[in-house]
Order: sequence, then structure tokens, then C-alpha cells
Amino acid sequence: MKTIDLRGISCPTNFVKAKLALEMIDAGETVLFILDDGEAVKNVPRSLKAEGHKLLGLQEVDGHYELTLEKGEE
Amino acid sequence: MSEEKKSTAIDLKNLKAGGFIKERGKDLFTVRLRVPGGRMPVGRLQKIAEVAGKYCKEGMVHLSVRQSVELINVDFKHFDAVVAELGEGDQKVASCGARIRVPTACGGCEYNPNGLVDTQKSALEVDKKLFGTPTGHHKFKVGFAGCPFDCPKSATNDVGFQGAIWPELDKDICINCGLCAKSCSDGAIAMGDDRLPNFDSGRCTWCGDCVKVCPTEAWRAARRGYTVRIGGKWGRNPLVGTLFATFLPEEQVTDFIAAVLDWYVAKAEGRGRVRLGDIIIQVGTESLLEHLRDKFPAAVVASTIPPQIINTQVGQRSIPE
Repeated sequence: MKTIDLRGISCPTNFVKAKLALEMIDAGETVLFILDDGEAVKNVPRSLKAEGHKLLGLQEVDGHYELTLEKGEE
Repeated sequence: MSEEKKSTAIDLKNLKAGGFIKERGKDLFTVRLRVPGGRMPVGRLQKIAEVAGKYCKEGMVHLSVRQSVELINVDFKHFDAVVAELGEGDQKVASCGARIRVPTACGGCEYNPNGLVDTQKSALEVDKKLFGTPTGHHKFKVGFAGCPFDCPKSATNDVGFQGAIWPELDKDICINCGLCAKSCSDGAIAMGDDRLPNFDSGRCTWCGDCVKVCPTEAWRAARRGYTVRIGGKWGRNPLVGTLFATFLPEEQVTDFIAAVLDWYVAKAEGRGRVRLGDIIIQVGTESLLEHLRDKFPAAVVASTIPPQIINTQVGQRSIPE
């Protein structure tokens, strides 16, 4: 599973980076995004869901968050 | 030699609802345009620009704080021509004075990811059915916000609407991810020991973030509508409107405003130029609650507080008795 670290990147750049990263993989594949606490974890998952991707889970790890996601159809 | 008096013919019907506001300069007026919700097709904007280019003496327009385009420095002799030419582009003139004004609204739910209700639709409906209705007392403003971010500052209107949804959890399809608890800005959702979200409705502001983020649609909108605050105004003696109804269905908005207006017209009788909020402070909230409860029993709250006075720290607040 590909891991994309979005820590230290503010909104909406983190979301745009996530979108660009998702362009590189196929629909149905799973990705792990690492997100900062606060605005990032509040906003990025919701925006990715609205783009048609499937959120699989969220876990807190040492003060940041790991979001697993399955890429949706184009 | 006899002196010939010049006379200008103006169709006074055009002036009836207001919207033509006297300026400082001789003969000059501002023409306030009717743009409910601040949204319009580009073609209409082009027509406005064309008319403005022709009749605004200094070649300027003003974008008002209530989402209107105002044509400035227009000579009163051109009123009829301005109205006629704007009409070709389906653009109407707005109002001023003691009437229901053009409603304001945010972008709403169609493209704004926070929007919960169709504020643009509500604004157009209210504009169509109630715009220009005389109150007999003072101006009457209505505004629509699509969510609790409330960019249009709904509670500063005589009747202000704020989009809301009541979230409900289907435990069977929850995957225990905790995104809802993390997304909640109001601390209304906390993950319990059973790894299921606990919802504290007393803390909820009905923003719907939990529903939007939920990966499995376990959170759903059980109710959708408007949080309604009444009695707000700004100006010299500002008031913030207070809660009179929750989850008012979108299709009841126009009837609700009409019911508030009925109460205002009756209770302010003989009081002159007094805004709704000041009448509520004097008459009390119970009378208005009761009046509204008749028609909207499911939405009207059990009790409320009077419109809240904002201390501007300048002058002394006074309401005409």
C-alpha cells in the first residue's frame, strides 16, 4: 500500500497533493495518507469522500492521523 | 415674451416600490437593482453593465452590502429609460423604505461543500412572493445562510434563516473509524468505549460535518431545514435576533415570514417607525411564539429570549414609545 505523508502541508494544498497522488494509482487500489491533527484531519477526508473515493478507516498514531482510502472510479 | 417652463415626464409607477435613492448632487439618484441572493446569469450582468455605461454619470457602480448592484449618479430624467433598458435584460429595480427588502443568501448547497439547504431557491421564492410588501412601520430584512458558518450573518436580519440538519446514526453500518468525532467542531460526538460514536444533541449546531465525512453513510440527516432567528437589525442600535424555530422545512419559509410580518404589522400599530426586534423586546417573546406555534407547531421552540442588545458604547439606546 502506498503511503503519502501530508504532514506539515496546510489546507487546501494537502488536499490538492492528495488528488495528484491519487492520479498515479488505479481505481480500487488502497492508499494511506498521513495527516496532521486539526484542520487537516477535519477537512481532507471529507473532501476526498466528496471526490468519490471510499474512506476505509482512520487511526491516531503518535499525535497524527492515518487515513486509509480506496480510490474511486474516475 | 412668455417664459416657457420645461417639464419632465416620469412614469411615477416606477418609483412606487422605491429603489431610487436621492444623492447629494442636484438631480442625481442611485438606482438600486433587485438581485435576490446576489446571483445572476452573466447575460444579465452584461445588460447591467451596458445600462450603467450609458447612464451612470461617473461611469461607476456600487456593489451594496446586501448583494445589490447600485447604479450611481443617474439623472432622474433617465429613470424611465433605465427601467425600460434594464427590463430588456430581465433586470428589475429593488426597493427602499418600509417594505420587505430583497432577500440575501449565500451560494447555498449546489456548489459550496458546507451548504445544507438551497438558500438560493429560498431567496428567489421569498423575493417572488413577498418582495416590496409594505410593513406600515419600518424596513423588513430577510437573509439565508446555508450552514452554521453563517456568512450572511442571518441573525442580523428581521427574520434570519440558517441551514441545519439533525444527524442520526445507524449503528449497524458504522465502521468505528472515528472520523465523525474528529470532524465535529462542537464536541457533540465522542467515541465511546464500545468504539461507537456518542451524540450529545445539546452541543450540536447542526452543521452536518459528521454526515459529510462518514465513509459508510452511517450518519444520515434525519431532519433538514432552517434554524430561524427573529428580531435582528444593525444600524444605530443593533440587535441580534434570537431563536424562534428549528428545522423549519424549506417549503414553509415564505408562509413563516408572512406570519411574522402579520404579527409585526398588528403589534406595531400606531408606533411609527420601529423595527420588529424592538417591538418583540417591548411586547415580549411569548406573544410571537404563540402566534407562530399555531401554524408551525413542529418547528417553533418552547421558549426563547428577546433579541439581544449590542452595546455599541456610543450614545444612548432609545426606542420610540
